[in-house]
Amino acid sequence: MATRRVPLVLLACGSFNPITNQHMRLFELARDHMHSTGQYQVVGGIVSPVSDGYGKQGLVLAKHRIAMAKLALQSSDWVKVDEWESQQPDWTETVVTMRYHYGRILEQFEQRTVTHVDSTTPLSSPSPQLKLLCGADFLDTFKIPGLWRDDHVQEVAGRFGFVCVSRGGLEPERVVHESDTLSRHSQNIFLVREWVKNETSATEVRRALRRGLSVKYLIPDSVIEYIHQHNLYTEDSERRNEGTVLRPLAKQAQQPVKSLDD
Amino acid sequence: MEGQSVTKVVLLSCGSFNPITNMHLRMFELARDHLEDTGQYKVVKGIISPVGDGYKKKGLIDAYHRQEMAKLATENSDWITVDAWESLQPVWVETVKVVRHHYHEMLAAEQKNDDVDTVKYAKKRRIEGNYFEDSSHDKRRGGPQLMLLCGADLLESFGIPNLWKQDDIAEIVGRYGLVCITRSGNDPHKCIHQSEILWKYRKNIQVVQEWVTNEISATHVRRALRRGRSVRYLLPDAVVHYIQEHDLYSAESEQKNADVVLAPLQKYTGASSS
Repeated sequence: MATRRVPLVLLACGSFNPITNQHMRLFELARDHMHSTGQYQVVGGIVSPVSDGYGKQGLVLAKHRIAMAKLALQSSDWVKVDEWESQQPDWTETVVTMRYHYGRILEQFEQRTVTHVDSTTPLSSPSPQLKLLCGADFLDTFKIPGLWRDDHVQEVAGRFGFVCVSRGGLEPERVVHESDTLSRHSQNIFLVREWVKNETSATEVRRALRRGLSVKYLIPDSVIEYIHQHNLYTEDSERRNEGTVLRPLAKQAQQPVKSLDD
Repeated sequence: MEGQSVTKVVLLSCGSFNPITNMHLRMFELARDHLEDTGQYKVVKGIISPVGDGYKKKGLIDAYHRQEMAKLATENSDWITVDAWESLQPVWVETVKVVRHHYHEMLAAEQKNDDVDTVKYAKKRRIEGNYFEDSSHDKRRGGPQLMLLCGADLLESFGIPNLWKQDDIAEIVGRYGLVCITRSGNDPHKCIHQSEILWKYRKNIQVVQEWVTNEISATHVRRALRRGRSVRYLLPDAVVHYIQEHDLYSAESEQKNADVVLAPLQKYTGASSS
């Protein structure tokens, strides 16, 4: 008997400052890869822009980042923008965001299983999973002192898992290798090799915009229009939060390690 | 406007566009930004000229589809257009001839817009006679320029035996000019340095550094499609839909022309008449 595929949702957390074609490519690559393992059915994608409380330099207002992501994803039939994280009063740890979304996914899944009791619905569909979608640079941040709590890395890697898209190098394998926590959960870390070298980063896009250079074909036209309408991404906007300590660093520094039930 | 005159430029990009990708389109944007940044140029038009089926490159699908996709890709551009002249020719056309064709079209369009100006006419006749004797860049003062837009790989291809006629290279670079977008792994400056012709006309070659490496190659796109993978966000959505609708790019389509010699190689290594 064929094993049923596990329904899978991919969650991408980040600044999305602004969202780029490369961000959206991550979802496409991850979906193809997870399907090709034969074990998963990707049923949804979530873009979760970080809240303003993150304090990263150059971060424009969440309402703009959300609006741009919505415009960019208008034509996608499976990836959606979620505002929950951006609406929280303080910066939210990734693991907390994951717990929130996982809770909702389980709820929806349980509702569907209860209401659709007919002969066409498989009664015993495997439980859905949520995995964190990221680039290799994200995995690298685990080693920055004070940025992540060990127990959080443990939970994201152990309980949820990653789908990490790299740009052709062996970097993510090395990062996993050099981390005991990640190595312990390597079967939960899916590495997707992206052979098309594409360094379109939001940082580069902002740089080009500041200099009045074209970003067409790097981000959707609708997002370009929005940026011009609201005059986002100037030298001024890039100086926002200059000198501010990144919120996770500030938070981790002042708290002793708390229990898992935040 | 200002005292210093700004030269109007039309950028022409020749290639397979099999299929067109966001990278092809980016090249135009990068080239325009670069040229206008020098303060000497105003880029007024971009032309995409897909090669004809007679080129016989492996995996080259019908020109009709490549044209249509390029049109869809440039729908949202107010300055980049697609031209079918090259693809409609019965046999493969050398790049230099495509350049000449578009140069004359450009001049004709300019003259339509100008009042009768006998000085300009005289200048044009003089240019056509003496283009090899004067290698200085600014010999068509005030007149519009047509430049060939390309990647560093095209520059390197000048060195492949029997792919290009030396005279053609000299004319393209000497008379018209090149705007070359770098790609990681290619060093256009080295390429120019190592070629006598390119070195001679180096002032006509604008090298544009692409800081954001973006190597969406059509070869990669076709490979992904063959394997049923997504190519979304590598090409404009309209092009992705078109490919799906017409079921282009399969293992079969990639075998097209597999046993045929590329047209330029056939031409330059075959019969002596050319």
